[in-house]
Amino acid sequence: MNTAYGMTAVVLVVLAAVLIGAFGIRLSRTTSDFYVASRTVSPLWNASAIGGEYLSAASFLGIAGLILTYGADMLWLPVGWTGGYLVLLVLVSAPLRRSGAYTLPDFAEARLESMAVRRMAGVLVVLIGWLYLMPQFQSAGLVLRAITGAPEWAGGLLVAAVVAVNVMSGGMRSITFVQAFQYWLKLTALAVPLIFLLLAWRGGGAPGLNARDAAVWALPLAGDREYGLYSTYSLILATFLGTMGLPHVLVRFYTNPDGRAARRTTLVVLSLLGAFYLLPAVYGALGRIYVPELEGSDTVVLALPGHLIGGVAGDLLTALVTAGAFAAFLSTSSGLTVSVAGVIGQDILKGGVRSFRAAAVLAVIVPLALAAAARSLPVADVVGLAFAVAASSFCPLLVLGIWWRRLTPAGAMAGLLAGGGLACLAVLMTIGGGPHSGLLGALLAQPAAWTVPIAFLVMVVVSLLTPSRIPPNVARTMVRLHTPETLDLDRGDWRPRSS
Amino acid sequence: MSRVPEPGQGGEPRRWIGDRSRREPERSRKEPERPRRDADRPSRRDADRSRRESERPRREVVTSPRTLAPRHPRYPVTREIDEQTRLGEIYMRSLIRTQFRLALFVCTVLGCVVGGLPLLFLLVPDLRAVRLLGIPLPWAVLAGLIYPAFVAGAWLYVRQAERNERHFAELVDRAR
Repeated sequence: MNTAYGMTAVVLVVLAAVLIGAFGIRLSRTTSDFYVASRTVSPLWNASAIGGEYLSAASFLGIAGLILTYGADMLWLPVGWTGGYLVLLVLVSAPLRRSGAYTLPDFAEARLESMAVRRMAGVLVVLIGWLYLMPQFQSAGLVLRAITGAPEWAGGLLVAAVVAVNVMSGGMRSITFVQAFQYWLKLTALAVPLIFLLLAWRGGGAPGLNARDAAVWALPLAGDREYGLYSTYSLILATFLGTMGLPHVLVRFYTNPDGRAARRTTLVVLSLLGAFYLLPAVYGALGRIYVPELEGSDTVVLALPGHLIGGVAGDLLTALVTAGAFAAFLSTSSGLTVSVAGVIGQDILKGGVRSFRAAAVLAVIVPLALAAAARSLPVADVVGLAFAVAASSFCPLLVLGIWWRRLTPAGAMAGLLAGGGLACLAVLMTIGGGPHSGLLGALLAQPAAWTVPIAFLVMVVVSLLTPSRIPPNVARTMVRLHTPETLDLDRGDWRPRSS
Repeated sequence: MSRVPEPGQGGEPRRWIGDRSRREPERSRKEPERPRRDADRPSRRDADRSRRESERPRREVVTSPRTLAPRHPRYPVTREIDEQTRLGEIYMRSLIRTQFRLALFVCTVLGCVVGGLPLLFLLVPDLRAVRLLGIPLPWAVLAGLIYPAFVAGAWLYVRQAERNERHFAELVDRAR
């Protein structure tokens, strides 16, 4: 692989991100601008931005790698990451926008009228954000090393630095433009090489899988994986329910002008993601045919163009894929950093623009250190764990908070603690001490199937046991969450503290 | 929660609320059902007429100067909701229940499809070997067909959810 092309691609993406970010500086003047881009972003821009933010290294590189390694069972991963938006659309999108909350802790405070729940939600946002950021930085190191031979910490550091500067200088408005740009870049960077790859594959006589792969690898639940059915269901639950609990996704919904627009934006997001996720599975299958030796690594997307096409064309296509990968690292990390920094800036530091900037630095340094220290797992697996934590903490909080009047602060806290705590414990044991074998290993590697029901159960039972603590203004909050904005109604005077 | 009545209408509306909330249980059984139905425009006039009929016997016992008052309730539903009367609550609960049932319906269908597929592949292993245009069925479904299905489902949901909201808005605005 030609180093110069790869380096050029990385430099171009980084430069573009910084320039587009700088373009936003003029536009962001007040604290409110930093957080929500003044709510003037159109639905397609907004949906592209959500897509750009959402498609991380796990989607761009990780899925293809896992499909190459484990086969058809891993097809559920992109399905869940898309379907999660359907669940989010029907259960959460419009009421969440109408709540007027910028962040998950804002929502917790608005709905439950409790600072304690707000703080706990803040801690969980930071934990999920860091868990999600860590594999992004690790993958950046991996890719930069594969392209240029640089040491592994360099890629992570580069991404972290660019993101911190971008977030500090531009805030949310610039991020919206950067993110929207990144979605289309990522789609192009995966689709264009794939066209050439498929042409090369046909030109080479369209070879199929070998007999053993066709009988085992290509079929779901066919391998010798232990507890395959449990893992599949747990994965489905985590991805479908975890999407709504991702902090960087929810921030975006505030950028819609009203609840109706939030729904429509989600619909566009589903289409954009559906289009994107058609691609990684094909990479995985081609990789199984041509480079089966890459089993267990995340680099199949980068390796295929050079292997199948070669020459200058192969180098150029590899450079394009590299650019897409860096776009993935930058966009997801930016979104997460904005969210984590928002929580740290408001709830731990004093609030305001200066705190936000200090918080942005803090938000990237911790996962950067974690990335250097933790053992390297497939990126999609670690991101899957972040989904499991989100599904077992914020999913019950949002669903019950929006649809069930009798939720109490005590119930919410107990549920967040039980679900989020158990899921975090499983994550720690998997990343720190794993891999474990047998049933325990399966339960810890895919915790959602037991932590999500526990979280819901605890939240409901404790709420029912503390009926006296139902928030006094719950009726007004319900009006706020559910009535269309066109009606002239009293929706209470709660405002997010960040405005 | 105490709220200041709108200026100009003094204490009188308060008495009205009391009146209304005492007699609203019999109305409530019909009203909240409406946002769920699809064909509402023709039924709207019918509903008006039926309400007028249900009010007719009551008019005979009213002997105060209120006989000159218009027949339609002057009290907008938005204020019923704002002041959290029982009627307002019933309107709100009906909206939330309608939207929640819609959401639950979509989630149930999604759960059956997504939860059923692994089970189907496990219980009917032959299905895994079926080929669709040369692609194994599990791949054709999970790596292709399921995405347009998601978008179609989402589109139908958005349409119905917006319709529900429109009905609610009409219901609330009509009483003005």
